[in-house]
Amino acid sequence: MLIDTVFFYLFALLTLGGAIFTITRRNAVHSAISLIVSLLGVAGLYLLQHAEFLFAVQIVLYVGGIMVLFLFVIMLVNLDQAAKERQFNRQWTVALAAVAAVAAEIGYFFYRGQDAFHFAESTAAPAASPGNTEVLAEALFREYLLPFEIASVLLLVAVVGSVVMAKKRI
Amino acid sequence: MHPITTMHYLALSAALLLIGTIGVLTRRNIVIILMSIELILNAVNINLVAFSHAFKDVSGQIFAIFVITDAVAEAAVGLGILIALFRNKETVLADEIDLLKW
Amino acid sequence: MNFLDQIWLIPLFPLLGAALMLLLGKRLDPQPASDVAVAPGVEPVHDDHGHGDAHGHAHGHGHAHAHGNDHAHGHAHSPLKVLINFLCPGMILLSFLLSAAAVWQLSQKPERMHQVIQFTWIAGLPFHMANGHLATFQMDWGFLLDPLSSVMILVVTGVGFLIHVYSTGYMAHDGGYYRFFGYLNLFVFFMLMLVLANNYTLLFVGWEGVGLCSYLLIGFYIHKKSATDAGIKAFVVNRVGDAGFVLGMLLMLSVLGTVRFTDVNSILHSGRFGVESGGFGVLSLIALLMFFGATGKSAQVPLYVWLPDAMEGPTPVSALIHAATMVTAGVYMVARSAALFQLAPKASMIVAIIGAFTAILAASIALVQNDIKRVLAYSTVSQLGYMFLAAGVGAYWVAIFHLFTHAFFKALLFLCSGSVIHALGGEQDMRRMGALKDKIPVTHWTMWVGSIAIAGIPGFAGFFSKDEILWQAYSSPLGSTALYVVGLATAAMTAFYMWRLMNMTFYGKSHVAPEVAAHIHESPASMTVPLSLLAVGSVLAGWLGTPKLWNLPEAFRAFEAWLAPAFESPLIKAGGETGQNASMEWTLMLTSVVVALIGIYVARVLYHQKPELSDRMETSFQRIHTVLYNKWYVDEAYNYVFVNGMCKGGGEALGAFDRNVVDGGVNGAGWLTRFSAKVSMWWDTWIVDGAVRFTAFFVKILSYPVCLLQTGRVQAYAFFVLAGALVMFGYYVVR
Repeated sequence: MLIDTVFFYLFALLTLGGAIFTITRRNAVHSAISLIVSLLGVAGLYLLQHAEFLFAVQIVLYVGGIMVLFLFVIMLVNLDQAAKERQFNRQWTVALAAVAAVAAEIGYFFYRGQDAFHFAESTAAPAASPGNTEVLAEALFREYLLPFEIASVLLLVAVVGSVVMAKKRI
Repeated sequence: MHPITTMHYLALSAALLLIGTIGVLTRRNIVIILMSIELILNAVNINLVAFSHAFKDVSGQIFAIFVITDAVAEAAVGLGILIALFRNKETVLADEIDLLKW
Repeated sequence: MNFLDQIWLIPLFPLLGAALMLLLGKRLDPQPASDVAVAPGVEPVHDDHGHGDAHGHAHGHGHAHAHGNDHAHGHAHSPLKVLINFLCPGMILLSFLLSAAAVWQLSQKPERMHQVIQFTWIAGLPFHMANGHLATFQMDWGFLLDPLSSVMILVVTGVGFLIHVYSTGYMAHDGGYYRFFGYLNLFVFFMLMLVLANNYTLLFVGWEGVGLCSYLLIGFYIHKKSATDAGIKAFVVNRVGDAGFVLGMLLMLSVLGTVRFTDVNSILHSGRFGVESGGFGVLSLIALLMFFGATGKSAQVPLYVWLPDAMEGPTPVSALIHAATMVTAGVYMVARSAALFQLAPKASMIVAIIGAFTAILAASIALVQNDIKRVLAYSTVSQLGYMFLAAGVGAYWVAIFHLFTHAFFKALLFLCSGSVIHALGGEQDMRRMGALKDKIPVTHWTMWVGSIAIAGIPGFAGFFSKDEILWQAYSSPLGSTALYVVGLATAAMTAFYMWRLMNMTFYGKSHVAPEVAAHIHESPASMTVPLSLLAVGSVLAGWLGTPKLWNLPEAFRAFEAWLAPAFESPLIKAGGETGQNASMEWTLMLTSVVVALIGIYVARVLYHQKPELSDRMETSFQRIHTVLYNKWYVDEAYNYVFVNGMCKGGGEALGAFDRNVVDGGVNGAGWLTRFSAKVSMWWDTWIVDGAVRFTAFFVKILSYPVCLLQTGRVQAYAFFVLAGALVMFGYYVVR
């Protein structure tokens, strides 16, 4: 549908534009804001894919949590001096060349495998199907319970670790 | 216009990945590097969700949830390290942290 | 009583005497007289002749010889000396009596041989003979009494006894009395062992023993260097000969398988070995080797050089050992090996030639010597040459006969010269003697008898034996005219030099030094009585072997008959007159007598009537005289070749060898070790350690490029991750 296309390209633009700005800004705060924009674009893309829960999680967690954390740390670290430094390191040419090579490679994979990406497109969700969140919950707490618990342990470890890392005196 | 296929999402994800990679390899500021890593993770998430949508399987989204969880943990710890690093070396530039060299 | 079985006692008595003397003598001697035996010439001391009369009565030989002058004998002679005077000659007398008895009993036995084996000394060692047969080496301590050894033991003990008695007077005022008699008895023991042995090895025991005693007695005056040197010379030269003897004995053992006389003779007579007329076989080699030993012992060319120097010993020693007994051991041994020499005519001829050559060589040297004892020494060598000449031409009984007569008159001559020396208080140079005839009459007349005997005047002992030798040299199948001529010339020279000696010593003008002339006196009875007895023997002994030509009763040819069983052999018919007729023999006999008389007359002219003529001859024949006076420079030649050349040169060569080769080898080994250590060290340092260091270096070199990758910057590592992923997926691209 046309509206999907438009929205897709809009969100794609947001995402990629935000990404590009993220990596090119001198001021770290600018980069953070650009990253937020990019993440919002990604959230929109999730929504287009009928992944509502992820859209919400993305906004809440990523943008509301991580980026806020980033901003706090940027403030904490005082990047004024860093802003005056040279921004790009010396290996940027080589890195660019390598990335270009990888891009070419990925393009080649797409070219060769494009026949495998023909899926049956169904745009309309069936009427009495459960919502995205219910389905997700079902799967998460039934099949993927163990990874869920492990993830919680991981978060615990991360919390402890980051507290320890950030303390002045442990 | 042609309809948006999964392919488009994959291409987008690839582009985002590459941009993130350029950021990781090229920027000197560690904060920017960490942000670029978030970009890469998001690219992966887009890929997963696209395939989840294509195969009508919710496992992709669950995987995406876990990726986000992981990204959170990693960002937290990474920033903690950055703070510790800044406290000790008074710099946030990756180039200047090269003590473990020959 | 069976004396024949007790012949082992004959050597035992002198051994007993020697043991007593040598082991106990020093302890028994009450007055510790020093062993320094002062030679008569060094210190003329005449204080006592105390023992003269005591012994004149003790040994009841009541020959009333005029004793020249009786000296007062107030010297208290020690009891030990008296004991020795009775003990040692007494032992020899006992041996003589026992020998006489045993010989008498032997003469009663038809087979004229008696062998007594006391015990087996070395038993039953099996060995391989030359022809591969297995034989047993057995050596027994055995005694053999047969005609040959009976003659020898009678001579040795008889003459030995008289010389012992003489020595009691001669050595009376010398120190070391007991030692002298001990050695003298020991010598007689060994000599009797030599002649009584029944096998060659026991003979060799006696052979070596007499050599030892000769050394001890020659060097009796131990503080006189020339005496000890002479002793060593005698022993060493003897030893050289003994090497030949031992080789000959071993070869005999290897070829014949036995060394016992009876067995050897039976093997040789059995015809297993043929006469080696052609050339030199193994028997000739054995014969020559043993004869080489005899040249050492009996002072023939080339090993005679020790005998003149042996005159350094006391005169009784010279008389006993170097006139009558030891030097005749060689002749005895050759006679004992008659069976061997009969089968080896060429070797026999060599014996004869050497004998003749020695005879004339020694006689020529004796012509010009001035020491009275030297003249007699060379005379002994010359007469021994005659004996070997006789043995060499196959006339063994003649050799023994001459040995028999020579013992008498040579011992007599030596003892007389000792008496002269004693009378003059030690003077030995004839140029300082003269006109002693009336002053020492007994000595003079006995010496006159001896000189006539040796010159070969008919009626006296020497004539018969020497004439027989000359006749055999001419007529025997192995003899030749040349040998006869040499013998005749020697006879002439013998007569000449003996009468030169007589004239210079007893007749003519006195050249005696005044202080010596005052003390001239006749010797005591202990010395003159043996002289007289020997003089009698010198006259009578010869009548036992008169020539067949004279056709005297059988008794006057007893010597040959007595010895015949010892030399008879079924293979060889011992020399009859082979084609030479009786007139030839008479001619030769007369020739020898005439030649002797000429010699005596010439000596009389030159040394008695016209002494200045001899001096003129000496100057006109200066060079010949010098050569003869210096003994043909033989001693100097030996010294140069052997002593300096072999010993010193050899020693230096060996020393150089030791220094350069042996020590050089050792040093070289040390140098080599150090060098190889250096090489090892170099190897270890540069190669082994180098390999190790190189490995480390190589790794380090390899690591340099890798080190560059470790920048410490995380972004560089991230780049490599990307690059790796790129490569990994590139694999799928190209596939």
